[in-house]
Amino acid sequence: MIAFIIRRLFASIGVLIAVGLIAFVMFRYIGDPVNQMVGVETSAAERAQLREQLGLDEPVIVQALRFLLHAARLDFGMSYQFKQPVSSMIGARLPATLELAAVASILSLLAGIPLGVYTALRRDSALAKLFQALSLVGISLPTFLTGILLIYLFSVTLGWLPSFGRGEVVPIGSWWTTGLLTLSGLKSLIMPAITLALFQMTLIMRLVRAEMLEVLRADYIRFARARGLSERAVHFRHALKNTLVPVITVVGLQLGSIVAFSIITETVFAWPGMGQLFLQSVQNVDIPIMAAYLLFIAFLFVVINLVVDLLYVCVDPRLRASVRGAPG
Amino acid sequence: MELSLTAKRLVLAAIGAVAAILSPALAPQAEARTLRFAFQGELKSVDPYQINESFSLSVNTAVYEGLVRRGPDMKIQPSLATSWELLDPLHWRFHLREGVKFHEGQDFTADDVVFSAQRVRGPGSDLKGRIPADAQVVKVDDHTIDFVLKTPNPLLINEWESWAIFSKKWSEEHGATEATAMNATTPPYAALHANGTGPFILISHEPGVKTVWKSNPAWWDKPRHNLDGVVFTPIANSATRVAALLSGEIDWMDPVPLNDQARVNANPDTQVLAGPEVRTIFLGMDQQRDELGHSSVKGKNPFKDIRVRKAFYQAVDEEAINKKVMRGQATPSALMIAPSIYSQSQDFKRLPFDPEAAKKLLAEAGYPDGFEVQMDCTNDRYVNDEQICQAVVGMLARVGVKVDLNAEPKSKFFAAISAAGGYDSSFYLLGWTPTTLESFNVFQYIMGCRDAKTNWGGNNVGDYCNPKVDELARQALQEPDESKRDNIFKQAWQISLFDDVGYIPLHQQALAWGVSKKTHVIQRPDNYYIFAWVTMD
Repeated sequence: MIAFIIRRLFASIGVLIAVGLIAFVMFRYIGDPVNQMVGVETSAAERAQLREQLGLDEPVIVQALRFLLHAARLDFGMSYQFKQPVSSMIGARLPATLELAAVASILSLLAGIPLGVYTALRRDSALAKLFQALSLVGISLPTFLTGILLIYLFSVTLGWLPSFGRGEVVPIGSWWTTGLLTLSGLKSLIMPAITLALFQMTLIMRLVRAEMLEVLRADYIRFARARGLSERAVHFRHALKNTLVPVITVVGLQLGSIVAFSIITETVFAWPGMGQLFLQSVQNVDIPIMAAYLLFIAFLFVVINLVVDLLYVCVDPRLRASVRGAPG
Repeated sequence: MELSLTAKRLVLAAIGAVAAILSPALAPQAEARTLRFAFQGELKSVDPYQINESFSLSVNTAVYEGLVRRGPDMKIQPSLATSWELLDPLHWRFHLREGVKFHEGQDFTADDVVFSAQRVRGPGSDLKGRIPADAQVVKVDDHTIDFVLKTPNPLLINEWESWAIFSKKWSEEHGATEATAMNATTPPYAALHANGTGPFILISHEPGVKTVWKSNPAWWDKPRHNLDGVVFTPIANSATRVAALLSGEIDWMDPVPLNDQARVNANPDTQVLAGPEVRTIFLGMDQQRDELGHSSVKGKNPFKDIRVRKAFYQAVDEEAINKKVMRGQATPSALMIAPSIYSQSQDFKRLPFDPEAAKKLLAEAGYPDGFEVQMDCTNDRYVNDEQICQAVVGMLARVGVKVDLNAEPKSKFFAAISAAGGYDSSFYLLGWTPTTLESFNVFQYIMGCRDAKTNWGGNNVGDYCNPKVDELARQALQEPDESKRDNIFKQAWQISLFDDVGYIPLHQQALAWGVSKKTHVIQRPDNYYIFAWVTMD
C-alpha cells in the first residue's frame, strides 16, 4: 500500500515538472511581456535594460529551471503587470474561485442526482423526456452564452440579481474571504454558480440515470424485490447507493475541471477569482502569473486524482488485493 | 414519490429562503453619492510613474496632481503651480501654490517638486520623458522652483498634468523613493498606497478587482463634483459591461461597443456620450528594407517607390470605411493629427479615392499585376481594428494587390513591430495619440528618421525618413509661439504626407462612453477620466 502511494507521488511530481516546463516554453510564443509593461514612448535601450533585469534574455531552459526551483519553494516571483508577489495575488483570489467551484459542485449534485433518479425511475413519463431534452441544451450551450443570457434575464430585464462582481465579502481568519455571509454576496453567487454548474449538472443527471438503469437490472435488486422490500427501500437504500460510487469518482475529477474552467464564467461575471486573473495575465503577457496558475491547476488535478484513487482502493476491497500485489 | 413530513418542511423552508434572497433589498437608499465606474482594462498600479498608459495616468490624477492640469477645453491651467514665466528661453520659473496639504497631512513645498523630478527620472519610472534628462531643477525658496534646460523646449509642460507630485517625506518614510525596481522581491509600497494632493483619497486598491476612493474634504480647489466616493471595477467582457450599465449597477463605463450603442441609447436611463478622440488610425509601410520581409516581390522594395505608396493611398476608400465599418462614428483624416489639436487642419484634404488611378500608378511603377504583401493588424486594441484591416484588404484586392492579413492580439503585434522585435512588418495598421496634444510629438515618434540612441523615430515602424521633415520639426521646437509653430508644422505635414506619402492616414476614432442619465460627465478627446468633473443627481 505504501509502495503504491510512493509510486503515485513520484509520478505526480513528474507530471508537475513536465507541466511547468511545457508551460514555460509555450509562453515564449504569446508575445513580449516588456511591451506590456511600458508605454509606447519608452526607448529601445530602456526596454533592453528591462529585459536584462528580468532575466528575459537568458536561454529558455535556464529561465524555466530557475522558475521551477523557485516554485518548489512556493516563490513564483512578481507579476510583471501589477508588481505584486504572484503567490499573494493568487492567494487573494483563491477563496473566490474555490467558493464558486464548491457551490457550483454542490448545486450540480443537488440538482443532478434527483433528476437522474427521476428520469431513471419514470423513464417513459413526459417530464422525464423533457428533462432529457433540456439536458442536451445544457451540454451544448457554451458557458459564456448561458452566462450572458442569465445576466440579460435576471439583471437587465428583471433587476433581481447583480450582473458582475462578488458583492460584499466577509474576511474569515487571516486569509479567507467569503461571500456566503452577506446578502449581496449570496445574490452575486447565484448566476455564476448556475452557469458553472449547468454542464456538470447535466453530466451527473445522465450518469446517474444510466448507472441507475444498469443497477436496477441487476440480480440483487430482483432478489430484494422478491424478498418483499418496499419500492422505496429498493430504489434508495440499495440501487442508489451502488449508483453513486462511480458518480462520486466522476464528480471528484470534475471538481478539478470546474476550478480550471471557471475562467470563462469568471470573465463573463467579472468574478474576482483566479480564472479572471489568468485571463488578464494572458492578455498582458504576465508570464509569472500564467506559469503559477498552470502549475496550481496541475497540482490540483494531481492531488484530486491521487485522493480519488486512494479512496477507491480503500472503498473497494477487490482493488486492495491487487494493489498489495497478488500473493505468490 | 410520497415525501415524508420532514422532507416537505425542508422544501418549504428552502423555497422561503430563496424568496427572501430574491426579494429586492428593503434597506433604504444610502445618502452617499458614489460613482461606480467600469472600464475594459484594469488599473495596473496606483503609482502614476509605473506605466505610461493613458488609463492609469488619467485615473491617478484623481489622487495625484501635477504643477499644471488641463481644463474641459483642453487648455493648460494652473494646478499646484499658480503661475510660471520664462526668465529666458532656457530658464522656467514656477510659483507654487501655498497652503496645499497631502492627504496624510504633509505640507506641499518646493522640496516635493525637486524630489518628484528626481523620482520621475529615476529607475523604474516609465515617465522619464516628462522632464529632460539634462534639465536641472533648482529650489529658489519654499514656493518657487526653477527648471534650467540645456535646449529650449516650449512643450516642457504639455504632459505635466500626469507628472504627479509626490510627498518627499511620505516616500522616504515608506521606501517609495523609486517607482519600482523591476526585479524587486518585495512589492513597492506606492503600487498599492497613494498619498497625493488631489480631490480624491485612495481607500483601497485590489489590482484587477476593485479600487475605491473617497472625496477629499480638504482639497485646495473648489470641487466641481458632488461625489462622496468612487468605485472602479474592471469588467473585461463587453456584454457584461453593457448589461451592468443597463441594469443600473454602474454609472459610467468605457467603451461601449459600436453594435451596442443603439441599445444603450434606447434604454430610458442610459445614453452614449460619443465624441472624437485624438487618436489617429493610419497605415504604415516598410520603407527601409531593400527587400520586404513579407511580400512576393524579391530583390526590391515596392514601398520605396512613391507611386506604389500613392497607389495604396488612393485605393483605400476611407468614406466607406467610416460609413460601414465605423458606423459613421469616425472622422476621416488628411493628417496624422486630430483637427482639435492642430489649428491648420482645414487646409489639408485627403488624396481622392481613385482605384483606376491607383492601378495606373502601380503599372507605372512596374507592378501591372500587383503583388502580394502581408498586413499586420491588431484585433483587440483599436475600435474595430480587425474589420478596418479586412476592409483595406478588400479594397487593395480591387487594384490587384493581394494582401495576406495577419490579425493578432496586441501583445503579439507590438512584440513584432517594436524595436525589440526588429520593426518586423511590411505593411501595418497603427494608432497614435500625441500625449503632448500637439504635432511635435508625432514628428518625434512616428515620422522621424530612426535613431536608436536618442529614440527619435522610436515608433516609426516603417522608417519613413526625410531629413528635411526632421529639420522642420526641430526648428518648430525652438519657436515659443504656438501659431508660428503650427505654420512650420504645416510645411512638415505637406512634405511628409503629400509630397512623400510617408503614411496613409485613415481617421480619428470616436470615443463612446456609456453613462446613466443621472450621471453628468465631461468627455475629453484624449479619453482622460476626470472624476473631479462628475456630478450625479
